[in-house]
Amino acid sequence: MQDLHTKLDALIAKHQNMPGGLLPLLHAIQDSIGYIPETAYDDISKALNLSIAEIHGVVTFYHHFRTTPPGRHVLQICRAESCQAMGSEALEAHVKQHLHIDYHQTTLDQAFTLEPVYCLGNCALSPNVMLDEEVHGRMTAAELDALVAETVA
Amino acid sequence: MTYTVYIPRDSGALAMGAEKVANAVIQEAQNRGLAVQIVRNGSRGLYWLETMLEVATPLGRVAYGPVKAKDVPSLFEADFLNAKPHALYLGLTEEIPYLKKQQRLTFARVGVTDPVSLNDYLAHDGYKGLHNALKLTQADIVKNVTDSGLRGRGGAAFPTGIKWNTVLACQADQKYIVCNADEGDSGTYSDRMIMEGDPFVLIEGMTIAGLAVGATQGYIYLRSEYPHALVTLNQAIEAAKQANYLGDNILGSGKTFHLEVRRAAGAYVCGEETSLLESLEGKRGLVRFKPPLPAIEGLFGKPTVVNNVISLATIPIILDKGAQFYADYGMGRSRGTLPIQLAGNIKHGGLVELAFGATLRELLYDYGGGSASGRPIRAVQVGGPLGAYLPESQFDTPLDYEEFSKIWAVLGHGGIVAFDDTVDMAKMARYAFEFCAIESCGKCTPCRIGSTRGVEVIDKIMAGTEPEKNIELVRDLSDTMLNGSLCALGGMTPYPVLSAMNHFAEDFVPNAYKLQQAKVAA
Ligand SMILES: Cc1cc2nc3c(=O)[nH]c(=O)nc-3n(C[C@H](O)[C@H](O)[C@H](O)COP(=O)(O)O)c2cc1C
Ligand code: SF4
Ligand code: FES
Repeated sequence: MQDLHTKLDALIAKHQNMPGGLLPLLHAIQDSIGYIPETAYDDISKALNLSIAEIHGVVTFYHHFRTTPPGRHVLQICRAESCQAMGSEALEAHVKQHLHIDYHQTTLDQAFTLEPVYCLGNCALSPNVMLDEEVHGRMTAAELDALVAETVA
Repeated sequence: MTYTVYIPRDSGALAMGAEKVANAVIQEAQNRGLAVQIVRNGSRGLYWLETMLEVATPLGRVAYGPVKAKDVPSLFEADFLNAKPHALYLGLTEEIPYLKKQQRLTFARVGVTDPVSLNDYLAHDGYKGLHNALKLTQADIVKNVTDSGLRGRGGAAFPTGIKWNTVLACQADQKYIVCNADEGDSGTYSDRMIMEGDPFVLIEGMTIAGLAVGATQGYIYLRSEYPHALVTLNQAIEAAKQANYLGDNILGSGKTFHLEVRRAAGAYVCGEETSLLESLEGKRGLVRFKPPLPAIEGLFGKPTVVNNVISLATIPIILDKGAQFYADYGMGRSRGTLPIQLAGNIKHGGLVELAFGATLRELLYDYGGGSASGRPIRAVQVGGPLGAYLPESQFDTPLDYEEFSKIWAVLGHGGIVAFDDTVDMAKMARYAFEFCAIESCGKCTPCRIGSTRGVEVIDKIMAGTEPEKNIELVRDLSDTMLNGSLCALGGMTPYPVLSAMNHFAEDFVPNAYKLQQAKVAA
């Protein structure tokens, strides 16, 4: 807890005087600890002179921000049109079954959190998935299984 | 001697294993005691050939692809460093027809240069536009942009020069240039390719925009799904600062322009310019009422130019070669070139920059090579998730803003997504409503509620519940959304929905019936 507040203080100090600094601050917090803990709202609220409700409103408006810790890896499956045209629906069904979770859930061993995403900007090589910061193109169910296995190995 | 090998750092190439290929090349060169210099370039945009590896030869660059890490030893064995034949040999890169037939103006350097090398940029005509702009009055820079005929490439196709003129005419203590790099449309990736493959051209374009309208601060609002673009942009911005192409007193001109990248956070609606500005101000991305226009009251209430990445990245060539040079390309009121992105079920997906006027059919077949599955292409969606679906009978439409609006379609950001004959268009219409419901900012009722209703009603049609009545209901709902939405998310969701219903009515029948038809056919 102490640790969290020390981290927060440093990040807040960096963004406090930035015009429109709330989003960059939230990004910095999520990059550093993986999510935006609600216990952080108080500190942010004081430093940026915003109400808790305003902060919560911003955090929940954006799909990217999460208020609970994710698994060790985040796997995003592209659901948008180009990937649908190349069979992403079957891929989605497969990965949900393989990991025994639905979207926005985390596997019991905390290895993967599964998220939908709407276009990864690699539509010439659909279907695509993103594992942490890397996109993987022309994905098949078998390749996705291999990727999952390789990641936890 | 030292050989030079090009291996893209573009995230599309990385998605096909470019990093592993690069490591394998380094390893194999070491094992063989060969001196190989690796340049991490952008992608040429021939994505089905990624990872495409190129080697410099006295005759020009020679390409090999698609290369996997496991192919690397055999490439060395075949002596690819001296451009010798191999199963993956593609010949001189510039002679590959897909590339050779293109008219690359905005994309002139993408895939050619090292994206983060300022020297490379300068050696390939970089910053010539800025040098010219520094000699012109503000009004003359704007006039060049107006005369070029450039229209916004983000979707709305509004003339860029007119927008700049409005901002120039405003008196204010602070003005801003905002680059819309939210690129949320499915089927599009040209912004990403520029930012990863030639970030300096965007920086130069924004700097010229700053000079033109008197703005000293710029922001690039970058979607969070593009971590690699964030790295290249920041590296390039740093290099430009070091060399005084950014900052105070640019190249001794007395002009100032600062530039910063801000990360978006995964909301599609934040690509809409006023929602984007709210987001940049640190708020929820709720769409603003217009007027006031962002050009007059934009970021933090100040006059602001909001332009798409491609619009801004096209400015340098206009200022370098002149308005007329650019305006000489194109047809009708669509001047210049459009970087088209081929996507979906297509054999040769990739970036095709051409003057306006080519037909969809040429793009889908001459460039795209037909579907990836080998089945007939049944439908294409042009212009992202808010774009209409077009049937084969409309494939001869030339890519031109006005020709598209005649058939109740849009070019948008230039993405073309192909679907083969296994597509269920009722499902695609349902998805259009679903996407709108997920991404709605919630400000207006037709969009927020109508989209969710739309999903339910299409489910009823597919389940066989009063299909005729419910098809009428979808049309009514679409009318309400078309007329009663504040922005194009709600206002254009009816484009994919109604075009699917109008051109593919046979799909809007109960699922049970479809199954039965399939059985009869089999
Ligand atoms: C829902 C919605 C999403 C949009 N997304 C983008 C986007 O991702 N990128 C973009 O440049 N323009 C997008 N636009 C268009 C912008 O509102 C705006 O017209 C554009 O940024 C202006 O730049 P331009 O004139 O250079 O095209 C979107 C519009 C709407 C209604
Ligand atoms: S149409 Fe939808 S996204 Fe656009 S302002 Fe209205 S509610 Fe928001
Ligand atoms: S639609 Fe999936 S990457 Fe663009």
